[in-house]
Order: sequence, then structure tokens, then C-alpha cells
Amino acid sequence: MSLDQADPIFVGGTVGKSVAKPDNLEKVQGRAEYIADLYRPGMLHGAILASPHAHARINGYDLTDALDAPGVVAIITGDDVGDGRMGAFIKDEHAIAKGKVLYVGEPVAAVAARTEEEARQACRLIRVEYEELPAVLSPEAGLEPDAPILHEKLSEYIKVFDAGSEGNLCSRTELSEGDVDAAWADCDVIVEDEFTTQPQAHVSMEPCGALAEVDATGRVTLWSANQSVFRVQANVCESLGLPMSKLRSLTPRVGAGFGNKMEPHIQPITVALAMKAKRPVKLILSREEDFEMVRARHPYRVRMKTGAKADGTLVARDCEVLVDCGAFADDSPGVLGYSLLMCGGPYRIPNLRASGRLVYTNKLRFGAFRGFGNPQVLFAGEQQIDQIGDKLGLDPFEIRRRNMLQEGDQWFVGPRIGSNGLARCMDAVEEAAKGPRADGSPRNFGLSVTAHISGLLGTGAIVRMLEDGTISLNTGATDIGQGSDTVLAQICAEELKLPFDQVVVASPDTDGSPYNWGTTASRVTYTTGRAVKAAAGKVVEQAMDHAAEMLDCDVEDLELREGGRIGQRGSNTDVTFAEISGRAHWAVGGPLVGSETLVFDEPTHDPKRAIALGLPFPRIGVFSFAALGVDIDIDDTSGQVTVHEAWSAADVGRAINPRLVDVQLHGGFVQGLGYALYEEMVWDGARLANPSLMDYKVPTARDVPDAIHTFIIEDPDPTGPFGAKGAGEIGLNTVPGAIANAVAKATSARHTDLPLTGERVLDGMLGPDPSQD
Amino acid sequence: MMAKKVLHSLTLNGEQVDVATPSGATLLETLREDLRVLSSKRGCNQGVCGACTLLVDGKPVRACLTLTARCEGHEIQTVDGMGEDHVMATLQRHMVESGGVQCGFCTGGVLISARELLAEDPMPSREAVKTALSGNVCRCTGYRTIVDAVVGAAEELAQ
Ligand code: FES
Ligand code: FES
Repeated sequence: MSLDQADPIFVGGTVGKSVAKPDNLEKVQGRAEYIADLYRPGMLHGAILASPHAHARINGYDLTDALDAPGVVAIITGDDVGDGRMGAFIKDEHAIAKGKVLYVGEPVAAVAARTEEEARQACRLIRVEYEELPAVLSPEAGLEPDAPILHEKLSEYIKVFDAGSEGNLCSRTELSEGDVDAAWADCDVIVEDEFTTQPQAHVSMEPCGALAEVDATGRVTLWSANQSVFRVQANVCESLGLPMSKLRSLTPRVGAGFGNKMEPHIQPITVALAMKAKRPVKLILSREEDFEMVRARHPYRVRMKTGAKADGTLVARDCEVLVDCGAFADDSPGVLGYSLLMCGGPYRIPNLRASGRLVYTNKLRFGAFRGFGNPQVLFAGEQQIDQIGDKLGLDPFEIRRRNMLQEGDQWFVGPRIGSNGLARCMDAVEEAAKGPRADGSPRNFGLSVTAHISGLLGTGAIVRMLEDGTISLNTGATDIGQGSDTVLAQICAEELKLPFDQVVVASPDTDGSPYNWGTTASRVTYTTGRAVKAAAGKVVEQAMDHAAEMLDCDVEDLELREGGRIGQRGSNTDVTFAEISGRAHWAVGGPLVGSETLVFDEPTHDPKRAIALGLPFPRIGVFSFAALGVDIDIDDTSGQVTVHEAWSAADVGRAINPRLVDVQLHGGFVQGLGYALYEEMVWDGARLANPSLMDYKVPTARDVPDAIHTFIIEDPDPTGPFGAKGAGEIGLNTVPGAIANAVAKATSARHTDLPLTGERVLDGMLGPDPSQD
Repeated sequence: MMAKKVLHSLTLNGEQVDVATPSGATLLETLREDLRVLSSKRGCNQGVCGACTLLVDGKPVRACLTLTARCEGHEIQTVDGMGEDHVMATLQRHMVESGGVQCGFCTGGVLISARELLAEDPMPSREAVKTALSGNVCRCTGYRTIVDAVVGAAEELAQ
């Protein structure tokens, strides 16, 4: 039987249908090409020498033995790169360590050789002369007055927003509305605690890698595992001092991202090696290097205080966070700013204050990871909502319903909320989870709700009608496996009233694709989808102009018909896209090309409403909403938590492809489950102690309960493409908070530290009853 | 000087292939670097993630832990060469349709493990599927759609 039979073709509307992703075919046949699968003629293999020190000055290199080693063609160190620095928010990072090393595992030198093995062998022969410096291993230590300074030239670095950087303080953000200090007097109940969350590793199954090649004119072509060919281009060019026109960035299939492939990993090093070797170089990280060199989810310390009236109405919240930045700013200022924007949760809290500091430490950079700072503050906030409800005798649904933000309300500091399906998400969870378990035993139920944005930064689309009337769509958005190519083709096909299979999606290419900031922040369906819909609409307009001439009538009399035809209203006469496009290649008006670029157009901050200092995003987009209920079991002897059943509901505006939304909810839940219960990167002094899949456990099929129920709620957003909003992160945000609330219900003990390991939960069960304090 | 290469004679997807590979090479290295057979992926090189899983004499094996020298005279099957296998083709189709494929990096290994499961147990329970796949880490799907695909394929094959 042919696999091609699985390739579905929909006529009569593809939006809302669970079209199978076309790339699934090559993936099940083992034919999909990821970065490690690419080879070029004369290609060398690269390997990296990592720093053994957390903080040290580099006083020199001795490359003699390494250069003599078998197969070695080129070696680069910090001496081979200029003083260019890269970074999304603060440009603080060289292509490779230069002058100093700032964490154990930081690339110090790289070798290109005939084989990977030879390159790795040669790395061991490189001698680096270090002068060790005292290291900063926590944000608290970094803020001490006599702390060693990581970035002596911090004040000179380029910053794209008002960061307030100083000493080891990378950035700070302060937001406030209302009068928090005065508001406590109006509160009948107040809860206050300090929470900590742990670093989590992304563990995309594909480790990071890159392949670079230099042509005869000196221009570079770079393939890499990435979430944005454009951020790759910007980072490589900034750090190596190349004009952007001298680097073409491409992408093969990507073995997932979750944030760790958004900003640079080893692309600049690979390019520098290829330039020096004058031959193509491929560099693929080992799993251990991927843990130690790339990035991870930020550990947070969150101090939070929330107050309410006796009827449950929330009055005030104060939230202060201290965030470990790691050695480089990367996406951290964005994560800090975003987590503070989200720290009130989807509630009306008239007096709200949030402040945070992001501190450089001698660890690998922390950066973007699905949730982007939201899960950390939500772990605190959603527990406090339950605590207030408990004190006032309001169940978790009731206390949340009384305080929920409504459509048309303003979010903290000002963005306006469009469509809001939160109430329906909660209804779905409450209805499905009500009553005892099937065997009659009571549930250990915990709830968490959340909102998440989609709409950050610039995006574009180019829709071209080929001569035969089929369509080429080019957006520059990297599909990292979640299915954006499929969703965007569905949007395009729907707007053109074409069958899905008549739209082909071009692979992102900085030479030919319109700008796309990246596959991140739940943004592609919403922002790029908007651009696609608008660009396709322009193609329809151009087709109408040609059709009017062909049919000798007014454009106003024409209509777009199913299957790529334009006809005169009230008559059967029509012309096909093939006829129109064939003609357009010869006729005045020209070939049909529609393009659109955009940035979300409503401001984040309303100065009349709130004070905002150091907020890196001027515009954040629309809000998706979600609710998660969990029913857990706790092993009496080990304290180990398992999820018995879970109900995950998300308002995604409109599910362009319901199955792909559903997989986001399942995948997000399971990644959140690992985060909530056991995943943790552990440092032994300055060294990561568990950089392997043996020692860092991620959920396997056996760790996942069967009874995870998902509910897709559709509250269409008027600005979204066919009403759609983002779905990529929202299924993860709620997991730690919901499980913590369930643990509190089951054991009467509140937990303020993640992950909720068996040991911690058991301690809580054996410890003093917190209601006594 | 390049690491000394040794000549091995392997049976790969039904064909006899002679390959010169560095002595001490793993099957994963030989397949990828010397034969350009790329469907087995290097996710960990430590035997944990399952992305390199292939069949040796019909049994799932971690290519990253298997020495090429030990495979002489044994039948090696990789997912890219198994399209003619009816059970595999059915599994592949269900994976495509169920949404069991996201980034796809784990997919080849998942399919190999599932193929072996259906050879042993043509009508596995969901629990049995999860156990059989517990050595194949997938960070994308949350496993639900993968288990659905394997159960769906088993049901179709039983008809
Ligand atoms: S690469 Fe062989 S098990 Fe991970
Ligand atoms: S689909 Fe990405 S790891 Fe399984």
C-alpha cells in the first residue's frame, strides 16, 4: 500500500481540519534531513574545546600540538574573532570566549578536521593558559558589593531597551499600577511566601549543530538547527563583524526547539571555522555539550504577597523576582519583563506591583524556554489564589471566577484583552472533573489557570501564484516540528479557496524569505498567519483585476469560487487561476505576487494607567487562555506524585488544525510534568553535575497517564487569522501550579520549591501542619 | 593519519554491503559516516534516548552501543529500508495520520520499537505499548498520539 494515500486533500475549506503534516511522510520513512544529515563536498568536521573554569582570564593559547595532530585543518580561538558582540536585548556575547571565560563548558577553541573523532582528539591537545578568577554562582552572590564582575564593559554594550544594567545586574524591570502599599489596609486576608523554581533543560531530541560553507566571493552559506534563520544571521554577523548581505542562513528539518534553538548556539563558531579552513565545516554537539553549552530555563526566586476582601475580591499583589541570567543576557531581559507582565495572572487586581532583577552568574546562559517566565510566577500566583480561597471557603473555580479578567479589560500595565475564553475553559474542566473517581474514591484535585500572549515582533509573508495556478508560500518561519508550515498553508489555501495540496511552503532562506523574528513566543500561527492571510488576499485582488479584463466586466461583479476560479456573479462563466496566472505572466499588471509585513499594532503599556520601567517589549499581542485540572496520587512511603487524570482546556481563538493544537496541549503537559515533578539541572559547585540523559530524567511513555483529556475552546479573536491565537506554550504554564495545588489538597502541606520531588512531598506530609502556623 | 579502517561485510536491508570503517566504530558511526545511511539519529550516543534504534536479526538494538565488527553475518534493518514491510507501512501510515510525528527526530526509533512489539504481541494493550516504547524518548508529542498510532495500526492489522 502506498503511503501517499495518507496525504489528505481537502476541498471546501481546510481551516479547522486536522490535515496531516506533509513532512510526516519523509519523517516516518527516515528520509527527513536534519543538520547532522547534511554533507558537502570536501566537508570537514568540527569539535569544540570547552572551558574547565567558571571564571578565568585567558592569557594565551598553545596550539602547536593540536595543529600537528592527524587530520587537523584549522583551529580558531578568541584571537581569530574581532570584538563584535551579539545578543537579542544586550549585545554582550562574543562568537567564542575572548579574553575571559565565563562558565564551565563555554567554547574556548574549535578545531576543523577530516573526521569528528580527529577534531575531538585535537581539542585535547590545545593548551590554554588561564588565570582563575573568583566565580559568581548565584544571583544573590552577584549582587554583593564586592562581587567579582563578569562583564567589566557592561556600560558600553549596545542595549535595545532601557535595561538599567550595572555591576552584575544585567537588567531590571519595574511595573506598577494602583497603590499597593496603601491597599493592604483594605484586605481581609493576605498571603505571603517566597518560592523557588529550578533550572530545566530543553532536551530537544536533536542536539544543536551547524554547517557553514564559504563561496569564491567570500560569502557564507550557513545551515543550522534553529528557530529563526534571521536571528542566526543577525547573531553570526554581529559577532563576526560580517555585513548581513554576506551571510545566507538556511534551515534543514529541525529536531524541535522549545526555545534552545532561538538564539545562537554554535553557528558563529562554525562560520569562523569554515572561513579559516576555507572548506565547509559541520559541527554537531554531543548530548553532554548540548546540556552544558546551549541554554536552559531560568531558576527563579519569587517573593509574592496577595490580598483579598472577605468576599474573595482580589485587592493587591506585590511580586518581586530575582532571576539567574547565567553568563550572557541572551533572551533573559525579555523573560524577566514578560514574567512580570504575567505575574498577576488573568485576574482583576487593581493594585499590582512587580519588580525584578536579572543577575549575571558564571553559569551557562539561561534563555527562552516554552512558557518564557510565565510558569515560574504562575507556580507562586496560582497557589496564592487557592490559599485565599481556602481561607475564605471558596472553591478553586469560584475564587477564580470572581476575579477573572473579562474581554475588553486591560491587562496589567495596559494591553487590551480581545477574545477571552477563560470562563469556558474553566467550565470544561469543572464539568469533566466533577464527582469522585470511577471507583468512588475522592479526587486529589488541583487547578491552575493562565493566559499567554501571541504576537511579538516582526513577520511577513510572500504568496506567489505560479503559472499553472498553484501557489508558493514563503514566510521565513522555521517549522520546528510543531506544524507551522501546515497551518500557514491551510490559512493560505483557505483565503484562496484552494485545496490544501495546491499550496507549497518554501523553506526559510534569508536570501528569499520575508523577515520572521522566529518560531517562539507562540507567535507563528497568529502573527505570520495574519501576514499570510493578508498576502493571499492581495493575490486574490490582483487575480480579480486580470479576471475583470479577461471576462470584460467590473471587478465588483466578480466572485472568488472554490477550487481556484473567479467568475461573474449570477453567471456560470469563470476563469481558472491557471488561465489568470498564465496570462498575467505576459499581460500588463504582471505576475501575481502578494506580500505583507507587520508588527502587532496595539501598545503594551498605557502610561495613563501604569508605570513601567525597563519593559523590553513595546507590543506583545493577543491573549490565549487555559485551565488545567489534575487529580493526583501520592505514594505513602516515597511521597512520589503521579497524575491519575488531567483535564487541559485552552482557548486558542480558532484551531486552524485541531490535531496539531491537541498535540501541543499533550506535549506541553508532559514537558510541564517533568518540570513540576523531577527535572532539574544540578550544579556541583561551578560544574553541571548531570549533563546526560542518564542523569537528567525526562518523562518517557511509561511516566505519562493515559487519562489526559484535552478541550479546545474557540473564542475567535477578531484580529487573528480566521480568529486564531497562539497555542504553543499555554499547555505547559499551568502544570506546576495545578500539581502543587493538588498536593496541598492531598497532604495539607504547601510547597514553595520546585520540583515537587517525592522527598519534598514526603517531608511535607511528615512535617508540621502549616495551617497551625 | 586517519584512524585505521577495517573492511566489514554487512547485510543491510537485504543487500550485501562491504564497508571500510574505522576499527572500533559503532554501527551508528559506520552507517552514518561511511555508508550515508542516515535514518538512525544520534540523540545521546549513550544508549538512553532510542533515536538510533534499528533491527539486528529482527531485534531492536541501539546502533550507538553496537560495534560494527559484531554485526558481520547479521541482518541489519533500518527504517528507511523497511517500506515494503506491511506491518511497518501500516505503522507509518498511522503515525502520519494520528499526529504521532512532530519534529520526527525520535520517529524512526519509535517505529522500529513498535514494529518489534507487534511482532511479539499483535494486539498490545496501551500499557504494553508504553512499556515497549519506554526506551524511545520523545520530547514533542507527550506520547499520546504515538500510542494511538501503534494501537490503531495493531487494530487495522488484526482485521
Ligand atoms: S543515540 Fe543511541 S540511544 Fe541515543
Ligand atoms: S517528535 Fe520530536 S522528539 Fe518525538
